[in-house]
Amino acid sequence: MPNSIALHSAPATLPEPGIAPLPGRWTRFHRYLRRHPAVAIGGALLVLMALIGIFAPLLFTVDPTAIATSRRTRVPSELYWFGTDMLGRDIYSRVVYGARVSLVVGFSVAILSSIIGLSIGLFAGFVRWADGIVMRIIDGMMSIPPILLAIALMALTRGSIQNVIIAITVAEIPRVARLVRGVVLSLREQPYVEAAISNGARTPRIIFRHILPNTFAPMSVQATYICASAMIIEAILSFIGAGIPPATPSWGNIMAEGRALWQVKPHIILFPAIFLSITVLAVNLLGDGLRDSLDPRLAKAL
Amino acid sequence: MLAFIVRRIITTIPVMAFVALFVFSLLYIAPGDPAAVIAGDQASPADVEKIRASLGLDRPYLVRFAEWGFRVLQGDLGTSIFTSLPVTQLIAQRIEPTLSLMVLTLIFAVTIAVPMGVIAAWKAGSWIDRGAMAFAVFGFSVPVFVVGYLLAYVFALQLDWVPVQGYTPLSAGLWPWFRNLILPAITLGLVYIALIARITRATMLEVLQQDYVRTAQAKGVGQREVLFIHALKNAAVPIVTIIGIGIALLIGGAVVTESVFAIPGLGRLTVDAILRRDYPVIQGVVLMFSLVYVLVNLIIDLTYTLVDPRIRY
Repeated sequence: MPNSIALHSAPATLPEPGIAPLPGRWTRFHRYLRRHPAVAIGGALLVLMALIGIFAPLLFTVDPTAIATSRRTRVPSELYWFGTDMLGRDIYSRVVYGARVSLVVGFSVAILSSIIGLSIGLFAGFVRWADGIVMRIIDGMMSIPPILLAIALMALTRGSIQNVIIAITVAEIPRVARLVRGVVLSLREQPYVEAAISNGARTPRIIFRHILPNTFAPMSVQATYICASAMIIEAILSFIGAGIPPATPSWGNIMAEGRALWQVKPHIILFPAIFLSITVLAVNLLGDGLRDSLDPRLAKAL
Repeated sequence: MLAFIVRRIITTIPVMAFVALFVFSLLYIAPGDPAAVIAGDQASPADVEKIRASLGLDRPYLVRFAEWGFRVLQGDLGTSIFTSLPVTQLIAQRIEPTLSLMVLTLIFAVTIAVPMGVIAAWKAGSWIDRGAMAFAVFGFSVPVFVVGYLLAYVFALQLDWVPVQGYTPLSAGLWPWFRNLILPAITLGLVYIALIARITRATMLEVLQQDYVRTAQAKGVGQREVLFIHALKNAAVPIVTIIGIGIALLIGGAVVTESVFAIPGLGRLTVDAILRRDYPVIQGVVLMFSLVYVLVNLIIDLTYTLVDPRIRY
């Protein structure tokens, strides 16, 4: 991270009008990335992972669920790049396909919990009589550790990607709702919102025109952190056997598979672990970079 | 002052009531009919109904919640479906390893993270600061089981410094107990260290800009004293708050760490209960962990009011 903090907070991307023409979209994008290397590195790694997931069938993979007992627990070789697991499945193929599960879970949870949390937060921030009730419920949900909450919800249903997404989303919603409510409450006091109210603007207009756009910056930062957290919780759920069905290649599942043999065949756990760590790191870097660039006040602090 | 303390204690009641309602609903909406399970395959529908009535399962939701809540308040968390043992007994058997792990992790993490954050803030922008913050990002990104297996592979399997897995009770001696918990505590502590170090650094950066810090420095107070006495004392509230909130991370992480290191604690109990769909046990564990979490944060909040008279709720 660059140490020149002052650089962060300066509105450096705004050239004076009339002196030079506004640089093109691409130029500005490049400048932004150069100023915020965390966003560039995190974003690039994430795009790479997404490409790996999307083009999984073209990356010299075989069927990730194909069982062949004749080639069990092979160590990495030219033929099986990452080795094979206890059922003889090709770990390279499973890891590559596993990128799909992690990314789908991460993004789905981030988007779903953002939308639902945003709605609840706006509702609590505007409908004053409901605020107390909503906040007590949120306090209650937040007093159950998120992983435990997700585990408890998964215990109610079968393991499937949809159910994992729902369980993690429910566990993450309170954080978003609380954040949005806080932002709404502070924005409501802003002079421009008071001006809009005194001009006779109706509540929907105030919400969509004046409040909502101002929640996007903190929300997008929060959403990246939720994405990272969702990927980790998915892996944990699958790892302890309460997540995605074992046959589906997900990084948590591959590691769960390698658990019994980790002392003699550590490669089964190693490769999914590396991919999972890099992906979560990418998302966290992106989140830190976004936070620094969107909120200069926090950039100084954290 | 007493009024504030009482008010703060009262605010935890609706929170715990919600948790209880959630935990109760878990069993209520859980798939599978307990009456049918108890009655067995040979039972007629009439028999099942009789058992249902004798268990009180035919009564309305809120009545059953009230009854269940009343039993919980008396310390009865129900009976495990799988082992037929009282859930409180199962929890009591498993609590020592988990408590040991969490307390050790807490001590270890705080001793490392707070000085790390203080020094990072003091030397803001230096390579020490960047290194500490890079470590924090790393700590947030590498999942707990990855760290666990990595440490176990290097320090237990390859170097053979500590036992690979398992747990030795405290009654068997301090050193055997400690040896088994070193790696799990480091594993579990990494995320926690990252979190505390970041908040410590952030808070300290703010405090170090205050006038009284400059005054202290101008008076010629030693650097260490300024940092740890003048500044850290005033930065304590947010740091202690995050230590309390971060306990949620410890609880979640303990479930995984215990699986990796084969520690027979509450985390393993939870995992086993999930695989067997043993709902009363899941209920009991969730309820207990949440209660611990709420109580720890309550105590932390109450300590503020005693330590810092400016804070009121």
